Amino acid sequence: MKVAYWPGCVSRGFTPELHGSMALVADRLGIELVELDRANCCGAGVIAEHNPELADTLNARTFAMAQQTGLSMMNICSTCQGAQSECQQRLDADDAYRQHINEALSAEGLQYERGLDNKNFLWLLVEDYGLEKLSQLVVRPLTGLRVGPFYGCYVLRPTSRLGYRDHPERDQYLERVIAALGGEPVDYEGAHKCCGFPVITMNRETSLSQAGRHVGDAIDADADALVTPCPLCHLNLDLQQPDAAKVVDRDLDLPVLHLPQLVGLALGFEPKQLGMNKHVVRTAGVERKLRPAGRSSEPVAAASS
Amino acid sequence: MPQYTLKIRRYDPEEGTPPFWKEYTVDLEGHRSVLDGILAIKDHEDGSLGIRCSCQAAICGSCGVRINGQAKLACNTKLRDAAAEPVRPSQRASIRDVGEITVEPMGNMPVLKDLIVNMDAVHWKKVQRVVPWLLPAGEPPEREYVVPPESMIDVTQSMACIHCGACVSDCLSMEVDPLFIGPAALAKAYRFVGDPRDSQTEERLRDLAEDPHGIYDCTHCFNCIQVCPKGVAPMDQIMRLRRRATRDFKIDDQNNGRRHEHAFTKIIEKKGTLDERKLLQDSFGPFRPQGGVALLRALPTGLRGFARGKITPRKALLHERLEGIENVKRIYEHAENHAEEINLYILGEGEETGAADEQAHPRVDKAPAMGETPEATTAAGATDGEPR
Repeated sequence: MKVAYWPGCVSRGFTPELHGSMALVADRLGIELVELDRANCCGAGVIAEHNPELADTLNARTFAMAQQTGLSMMNICSTCQGAQSECQQRLDADDAYRQHINEALSAEGLQYERGLDNKNFLWLLVEDYGLEKLSQLVVRPLTGLRVGPFYGCYVLRPTSRLGYRDHPERDQYLERVIAALGGEPVDYEGAHKCCGFPVITMNRETSLSQAGRHVGDAIDADADALVTPCPLCHLNLDLQQPDAAKVVDRDLDLPVLHLPQLVGLALGFEPKQLGMNKHVVRTAGVERKLRPAGRSSEPVAAASS
Repeated sequence: MPQYTLKIRRYDPEEGTPPFWKEYTVDLEGHRSVLDGILAIKDHEDGSLGIRCSCQAAICGSCGVRINGQAKLACNTKLRDAAAEPVRPSQRASIRDVGEITVEPMGNMPVLKDLIVNMDAVHWKKVQRVVPWLLPAGEPPEREYVVPPESMIDVTQSMACIHCGACVSDCLSMEVDPLFIGPAALAKAYRFVGDPRDSQTEERLRDLAEDPHGIYDCTHCFNCIQVCPKGVAPMDQIMRLRRRATRDFKIDDQNNGRRHEHAFTKIIEKKGTLDERKLLQDSFGPFRPQGGVALLRALPTGLRGFARGKITPRKALLHERLEGIENVKRIYEHAENHAEEINLYILGEGEETGAADEQAHPRVDKAPAMGETPEATTAAGATDGEPR
C-alpha cells in the first residue's frame, strides 16, 4: 500500500513524536508514505474563519499535489481531516468555483480535480488496510490495557461531510483498533466530545474545563490511557493536563497516546522509539502493563463487531 | 404491526425521587415518529408522561428531546430509523440495547418534568441578549425597505431557526460554561448582523466579540451543526460573526480572538506551515499588559514542552520557511483581493452544478449595503419603494 502522506504542522511541531512514530509504524505495516513535503498548513478552521476562499485555495494546492502522485491521500490529524473535508466539499460542489480556485494554482502547474480520496490514518487502517491484517502483525498484544478512545470533533462531525453515509461506523473505529491490538476499549463520557483546544488562547477556562473533564471521566472509568488520532487533542489532553487538573480541581495523571504509538506498542516497538518519553504525562503506567515484545502463542482475534 | 421499545427518562420534581428509566412498548408502523410513540404511551399507558409538542411537523420546534443520546425533534424522527441506529459505546450503551430507542430530556437545561425542559434561562434570555430585532437608522421609509435579494442570501440560513433548542442541548462549550451565549442566540445575532437594513452592525459585533462568553467561547466542535434539524449550522454563523468582526471591522477584542486569527493567518502566509511558538506569542501580543499576563500563564506549558524535548531550542527560535513559499503568497494575493464565499446552503451540497445554476444563484462577495445596487428590488416584489 502506498499513499500521499500529509503529516500536518503539529506532528512536525509540538508533537514530533507523532510524525516519528507514524514513520516507524507505516514501515512495519508495509504502508509506503510519499510525504507531501511542499504542502502547506490546512488552516485548521482558523483560516476558513478568516476567509473561506483562502482556506479552499490553500487546501486545493495540497490536494493537487496529492493528485500529482496518483495516490490517495492520508493524514494523521483529525483537525486536518475536518478542515480539508470542509474545503473539499465546497470545491467539489461547484465547477465554476473550482475553476476560479484553480486559477490561483496554475502558476505552480497545479490543478485540483474533483473527488480526491483523503483519509485519516484511523479510517485507512480500518477500511483499507483491515483490522484482521493488523492483528496478525501484533507481537505484543495490549492485553489488560484499558484504553479510552478520544476521536477529536473533526473526524466525527458533521457526519454529512465526513463520509458517514458510506461508512456509518467511523465513530466506532478507535474501539475496534484498540480491540484488534488486544487492548480493552473503555466506555466513558468524553470519547466523542471536544478537547477544548480551539479556544485555549481565547477562553482558557472553557478550554481546560473540557480537557480536564474528559480526562477525569476516563480515570473514573478505570482507563490506563487515552488514545487519539488528533495531535491538537493531544496538546490539550497531555501537554496541558497539569493545568487542566488545576481548572477542574482534581488530580489527573492519565497518559495520552497518539494512535500510531498505540499501534506501534502492539507491533513491538519500545515506548522510547515511539517518542513516549516526550509526553508531559509520564507513560510508565502503560509500560508496566505491557508484556515484553515477542510473538504471542495465542493470536489476537480481530475485532468482529 | 411492528413493536418498538422506548426507554424514557422519567422525572417529577414534586415526587422528591430521583430520575429513572422506564421501558414502554408501542405497536406502530416504522414510518411513524418517536413523538407518535410517546403520545401513544401517554394515551394508552401513562397519562402522566410529560412532553411538550404542538405541530408534529417539524415547524413549531416544541418537541426537542434527546433520542439515543442526541438532540432531535421527536416528531421528525422515524421509529424505525431511531431503532436501527447503532449502539455507540460512549452513548449510554449500558442503558440502550440494540433495537431500543432511548428518549430523555435535552441537555444543558433544567428539567421541569420528564421530557420537558426549562428553556428560559439557557435559551430565551440569551436570545433576548443579542437584541433580536432590526435596528435601522433614521425614519422608516414610507413603504418597505428595499434591498437586493442576493444581499439576504447569507442570512436566510439563520432565519430557518425554529428555536427547538437542539443545538443548545448538545453544545459542548455550554456544558462547561453555562454563561456562553450559545449557538442558537449567536445564529440569531448573525441574522441581524448580516441584514443590510440594520444600522448597528459594528456595535453588535463589538458587543459579541468583547463578551468573554461570546463568539470566541465557541470551541468549534460541530455538535450544533450535527443536531440542528433545520440546517441552520449555528457554528457556521458564529464563524461568520467572527469574520465580520475581525476582517471587516478589525475589532481588537479582549479575548484575543482577532489577534489569534490574524497571527495564524499571517504565519501561514510567511512560512507556509504553522509555527506554534510564534502563534502563542503573537496571539497574546506580549507587549500588551494583559497579553503579557496570558503569556506568563502559558509559560509553564512551554517549559514542560522544553523539558520533554517536544520543543527544542532550534524549533523555538527558527521555524523553517516552506520550500516554494512564493506559491503560498500568490494564493494569498489571489484570495484576499477578491474573496468569494460559496454558500452551500443555497447552492446545495455534493451535486456538481453547471454554469446555468451559477447564473440562477449569483454568489456575492459581500452583502452590498442597502441601496448600493441600482437594480435593487424588494424581496416582496414591489419595486416602487425608494431606497432610504
